[in-house]
Amino acid sequence: MTNISRRGLLKTGAAAGVLAATGLPVRAQQRGGTLRLGLAGANTSDTWDSRTHSDSYMIMAGHGAVFDTLTEVAADGELVGELAESWEASADAKTWVFKLRTGVTFHNGKPFGADDVIASLQMHTAEGAKSAAKPIVENVAEMTKTGEHEVTMVLKAGNADFPFLLSDYHLCIFPDGQIEEAIANGIGTGLYKVESFDPGVRTLLSRVDGHYKDGRAGWFDSVEIIAINDASARMNALMTGQVDAVNRVDFKTEPLMRANPMVNIFEVTGNQHYTFPMLTDLDPYSNLKVRQALKHAINRQEMVDKILQGHGKVGNDHPIGPANTYYAADLEQNSYDPDKAAALLKEAGLDGLQVDLSASDAAFAGAVDAAQLYQASAKAAGIDINVVQEPADGYWSNVWLKKAWCACYWSGRATEDWMFSTAYEAGVPWNDTQWDEKDSARFQELLLSARAELDTNVRRDQYTEMQMIMSKEGGTVVPMYANYVDAHSTKLTNSGTIGNVFQMDSSRLIERWWFA
Amino acid sequence: MNSVLRIILQRLALGVLTLFIVSIVIFTAVNMLPGDFAQAILGQGATPEAVAAIRRDLGLDQPPITRYFQWLGGALQGDLGNSFAQANFASFVGDDSGARTTVAAQIAPRFANTMFLAGVTAAIAVPFAVGLGILAALYRNSAFDKAANVSTLSSISSPEFFMAYILILFLAVLNPILPSLSNIYDGMPFSERLQKTLLPALTLTLVVTAHMMRMTRAAIINLLASPYIEMARLKGISPMRVIVKHALPNALAPIINVIALNLAYLITGVVVVEVVFVYPGIGQLFVDSVKIRDIPVVQACCLIFAAAYILLNLTADILSILSNPRLRHPK
Repeated sequence: MTNISRRGLLKTGAAAGVLAATGLPVRAQQRGGTLRLGLAGANTSDTWDSRTHSDSYMIMAGHGAVFDTLTEVAADGELVGELAESWEASADAKTWVFKLRTGVTFHNGKPFGADDVIASLQMHTAEGAKSAAKPIVENVAEMTKTGEHEVTMVLKAGNADFPFLLSDYHLCIFPDGQIEEAIANGIGTGLYKVESFDPGVRTLLSRVDGHYKDGRAGWFDSVEIIAINDASARMNALMTGQVDAVNRVDFKTEPLMRANPMVNIFEVTGNQHYTFPMLTDLDPYSNLKVRQALKHAINRQEMVDKILQGHGKVGNDHPIGPANTYYAADLEQNSYDPDKAAALLKEAGLDGLQVDLSASDAAFAGAVDAAQLYQASAKAAGIDINVVQEPADGYWSNVWLKKAWCACYWSGRATEDWMFSTAYEAGVPWNDTQWDEKDSARFQELLLSARAELDTNVRRDQYTEMQMIMSKEGGTVVPMYANYVDAHSTKLTNSGTIGNVFQMDSSRLIERWWFA
Repeated sequence: MNSVLRIILQRLALGVLTLFIVSIVIFTAVNMLPGDFAQAILGQGATPEAVAAIRRDLGLDQPPITRYFQWLGGALQGDLGNSFAQANFASFVGDDSGARTTVAAQIAPRFANTMFLAGVTAAIAVPFAVGLGILAALYRNSAFDKAANVSTLSSISSPEFFMAYILILFLAVLNPILPSLSNIYDGMPFSERLQKTLLPALTLTLVVTAHMMRMTRAAIINLLASPYIEMARLKGISPMRVIVKHALPNALAPIINVIALNLAYLITGVVVVEVVFVYPGIGQLFVDSVKIRDIPVVQACCLIFAAAYILLNLTADILSILSNPRLRHPK
């Protein structure tokens, strides 16, 4: 195969003609068939309320098939319109005008318009609503219907990423006035409508006739999504041909799957990363030299090899990943250097260091093993890490944000600002390093100015500097990015470009793939 | 017959008392689980306000004693409460419109599935085990007897999931005869349903056979030494007939007991098998509910499991009384 992506070719129309003439294989999409997916991440508590979606099963069924959002991150990472056709911002990135797609209907026949957008977004800020996307919508001061198919939003503070944020899987568009019903039965504008839904067990979807994405997406006639939370059962189901694709490949059985000629494993490096955050308001982590010593006392490559079995990439102590636009790939890498770590400790006036590291496999698969690897590699620098194994139950409420140093994971965020302002802005509730204003003045200043900056070059410089500051001075150790590793039967095929925002082609496999 | 009735009533009353004690144990244990539903459902995505809002909606902010008596009062009236998981916090303005799925509605179809699996398993396992036990008694100490003992004992000694994977390997991967995925659903044709249920049923059969088979064998062999059997043999009756007609009826009490125990296990112990085969029964619901701290469902499942054990033991007791004339007509 060539390295040229199909999408890349289609952008330059002339090349496509050349390609066809040279006889290189162009994988033509075709309609038909029933896609059977075996997915982890299903719960008996699942509903069609996108505000509560947090795991892969409902994210794929919800925004990946039944519902649409205003914008969509294409497989190549570009932001395109989904229910919005185009958008425009004022110079301060405060006022945004969205032109909506016309002629779209919900599954129950109701036509889609500006009211639906306003009502759907307001769901997230409603009194008593429990939405993880609340902070996004809360920043909207005013939403006005400026036409049947036009919405104007005025933000409280300028945000250049606003259209990006609207692609979030929580922000699905529901029919105004019928939201209760739509949540109960799953009524959206997506390519697939709900035939049956048994939470935590099985979902059956069928293709909508006549959809605005016709010819671009939605190749399967129907889709059956089976909840298979048990990893071995999921792998078995694919190996025995009971399902066509599964998510979250079990690394233990991966060699067996690779040996099976009917199965393809596909993986992408996204923003998902594992971290060891330290509370920088506590001793000894308040001392920058101690933090830097710990950053040089970890063997990142060894962790990628042993914990992720090679399915990942070394991290560099900041949370921005390859799926982010302004990811600084050529930043100087914090390396494993016990001598340097020991020297840094000496500079801090310390003769050796004894610290506790709390870990549990609730933080990420293999977290305890990772902590033990850390312990072993830090010993060479005279750092004595005591690994405290914590119970998996209640890890997020009792250990994370509470213990001075622990293991943690982040699925990453679509934009730099979103990631930083979720976990590293001074004073936010999830600041798991307590990295505050006095310790990170320049970082916090850049965060605010980059947020409203529309000039991409200026923004790139700002975000690069922020990643550098975090990498050198921040309170978190990021050993690795964990790949999204999924598998499919060779009966399935795709465009050749696989999205890396989330697992399973950015959770849009149902829309984008087809039977060969 | 009156004395039998009295015994039954006595046992029932004791059963109710046991259930009551079990309910206290369940409630205490479930409430001692770390973490709670609000945090579990919101995951890392839980903001303090969202957690507080969900807790308030579900009454989790009430003291435990109040919640226990509310739950018990409801359960006594047959109302097992509302499932947290399907609670409608989705409601548009965030208020509690009351449109919730009851625990009973959530458990009923799952329980029916588990009973179906238990039924299929029992239909295979009980005749198989008893037949094997009789044959083993008949040909005791022969190569057949030893082979039957060794194979059933080794299958009961291996963990269930291991037996499940062995069966998957031989019957689904190497020889694709049966599906490895038992995702049955409503409206599936009976034959397909049966086919999909076969692998988990076979796994469970392997797990429960040894116990029943060995008890059958032991009970029969025990009787073979008694004078009336010797009499029957001296009359010239065939060994098979001696066992089936003369020994078996007197060995029924212990066999029934062990069958009842194993049937109870088929209902309450299927968790692992259901998870391995993705069978949508009560065991999997139980695991999912524990994972998300859906306390009403967990409690109801525990209560059902306890009730199943108590009822089946009661049935076993009654049947063994009925099968024994000396107990049926006490002096």
